[in-house]
Amino acid sequence: MSSRSPDFFDEMRASDGSIRPAYRQLAHWLDTVPKDVLDYRRKEAEFIFRRIGITFAVYGDAASTERLIPFDIIPRILNRGEWQKLSRGLEQRVKALNMYLSDAYHKREILRAGIVPEELIYGNPVFRPEMNGQAVPHDIYVMIAGIDVVRVDPDNFYVLEDNARVPSGVSYMLENREIMLRLFPELFIDHPVAPVDNYADELLATLKSVAPNNSSGDPTVVLMTPGIYNSAYYEHSFLADKLGCELVEGRDMFVKGDMLYMRTTEGPKRVDVIYRRVDDDFIDPLSFRPDSMLGVPGLMSVYQAGNVTLANAVGTGIADDKAVYSYMPDIIKFYLGEEPILKNVDTWRCREPDHLKYVLDNIEKLVVKEVHGSGGYGMLIGPAADKKTIENFAAKVKAAPEGFIAQPTLALSTCPTFVEEGIAPRHVDLRPFVLTGRDRTRIVPGGLTRVALSKGSLVVNSSQGGGTKDTWVLDR
Amino acid sequence: MRIRIAHETVYRYDTPATRAIQILRLTPRAHDGQYVVRWRVEVSEDCRVGPREDAFGNLTHTFTVDGPISELAVRVAGEVETQDTHGIMRGAREKFPPSFYLRQTELTVPDQAIAGWADEISENGARPALETLHAMQQSIYANFNFDVDATATSTTASQAFANKHGVCQDYAHIFCSAARHLKIPARYVGGYFLRGDGVIDTESGHAWTEAFIPDLGWIAFDPANGICATEAHVRVAIGLDYLGAAPVRGTRYGGLGEAMQVKVSVDQASRQSQQ
Repeated sequence: MSSRSPDFFDEMRASDGSIRPAYRQLAHWLDTVPKDVLDYRRKEAEFIFRRIGITFAVYGDAASTERLIPFDIIPRILNRGEWQKLSRGLEQRVKALNMYLSDAYHKREILRAGIVPEELIYGNPVFRPEMNGQAVPHDIYVMIAGIDVVRVDPDNFYVLEDNARVPSGVSYMLENREIMLRLFPELFIDHPVAPVDNYADELLATLKSVAPNNSSGDPTVVLMTPGIYNSAYYEHSFLADKLGCELVEGRDMFVKGDMLYMRTTEGPKRVDVIYRRVDDDFIDPLSFRPDSMLGVPGLMSVYQAGNVTLANAVGTGIADDKAVYSYMPDIIKFYLGEEPILKNVDTWRCREPDHLKYVLDNIEKLVVKEVHGSGGYGMLIGPAADKKTIENFAAKVKAAPEGFIAQPTLALSTCPTFVEEGIAPRHVDLRPFVLTGRDRTRIVPGGLTRVALSKGSLVVNSSQGGGTKDTWVLDR
Repeated sequence: MRIRIAHETVYRYDTPATRAIQILRLTPRAHDGQYVVRWRVEVSEDCRVGPREDAFGNLTHTFTVDGPISELAVRVAGEVETQDTHGIMRGAREKFPPSFYLRQTELTVPDQAIAGWADEISENGARPALETLHAMQQSIYANFNFDVDATATSTTASQAFANKHGVCQDYAHIFCSAARHLKIPARYVGGYFLRGDGVIDTESGHAWTEAFIPDLGWIAFDPANGICATEAHVRVAIGLDYLGAAPVRGTRYGGLGEAMQVKVSVDQASRQSQQ
């Protein structure tokens, strides 16, 4: 039924051609279900997505219209043991990210210990001086993290990227599951799939747990969006609805004295926690970009007075850019005294002359990324690029080496995917969401699986033609 | 020298504003060569004016006012005792290591022209840093035309450099931009300057810079006057650029037809008391 590439780890089929246990039922079903039924269901899924309006906008696209992210109806399956290892590793990693942020904005013991260079903190454009020495409620910086992981073999998960600012994509995790339950209820009878629909409850519990100490017994949580023109606006409104909280824009709130209020039909109401989906630069024109119309003037003063919690905290970018990434194994060891459970991809930092030389000498074999890029923009995949593209990119790297890192091209694992040629292996990654509250860490079993739909492609970003899959974690 | 300062900003609205919020960086602090004898901050409307130290160690005052507001006045006044330290800045609150001040901002990021100019003056790094900084200061002082209408608070160093026009703020941005390009930590300083020509009343404060030289520490360069800071300079706030040290950052809600009037008076305290 499908051809298998021997160079990549196939999550369904072992190298001897046998089906891995977690996929046994699904493989059998794929063998027996008629192709036209799959085709029909796929169209149905697309119809539903279109009707509920779950779309995104592609930045930098001349014909920038709202697009539908393609949905693949074949789920990706992780067994219980795999998930347990992954979730332990995620919890460890996010704990270290939070400790690093607290340290970087206060005592900076990690600098004194010589683990990371000074410029990684002070020279970083997303280091926010405004947060220096500033206490944040309960010392938690990253309440919502999206950690991108990939597999290259049966035993290891590699972290590709940490997202500690305003990670998006969780609405797809939830919608994908709803659609699968609707289209293929029979599959859920055969598979003990761990639920994800409690995500909103877990998120709300997390957000309430980090409210300032002086807030009322039942803290008021709002979701702050840049507005309808933001590419993730659908997700913002979707999540606010699931959370049962107000979806607000900057102009719906105001500062009075040292407190933050939102306008309501019953008069001003104090806001305790903002789940903000607005970047640091735009949240307060009196502290950051003065031309921002998306923020609340004076919000930072309320934050500094300890009277509102921002989730995530301001200034978390220093923990998730691609330059600090290469130090993460050392950061985990430094703060936790543990070996990292999740692996890091080997990374060359172009800021270091010998690394730069290696990168320029081997650029056609490497993936080169902008330290501050995201969404697959500003990135070179050496093996897939033509000579001219490589030359141009190399010139960019040479001009500003500190802005780039390079990694080997990873042999991302593949999962069976329903494409034009039938069911074929396609490369995938996974973004699980890690919630850190005052009381505990919560990770809903699963995440957003992104799949590169073109044959051989390793780029899973939705802005670059990637699709998504439902991710199943089997409960036994 | 004892310097007496009064700085008044009055906003008037044809249609009253419904609400206003401001963050003031208008209070000098003590360091070697600067002692604040007395200082007060007054807001015409009824509100709580909360003091707080900001990220750079500046003293800020934040207030919110409920409308209707047809006139809002912010007045600061006081006396500061100063001594000449030959431009060397010591005893101020230092929140960051000097390397932090290598960071460029949107207002200071150098273009080819500034970078080329800095490289030329520094003889591509061959010249000692202190000499380079003095030469940059003199070059700005000699070649730029002071022009209050040529630029605004959002003018970048590159724009001002291209036009060779601007005010002290633009000169400070150009100086910081070029120094940082040469890997010399530099920062923006906002404050007051007692003029040597006898002019006491003006419509704005002053701006200059500080650059860091290992072994010497922070040294204050004033490209608008072509001198290192003297006892005529009263240092109020520092930042990576104007925005970090801005005397007032604020917003009003509603209110049409805003007219703003600024009066700054800087004089020797003894001279005034003799009048």
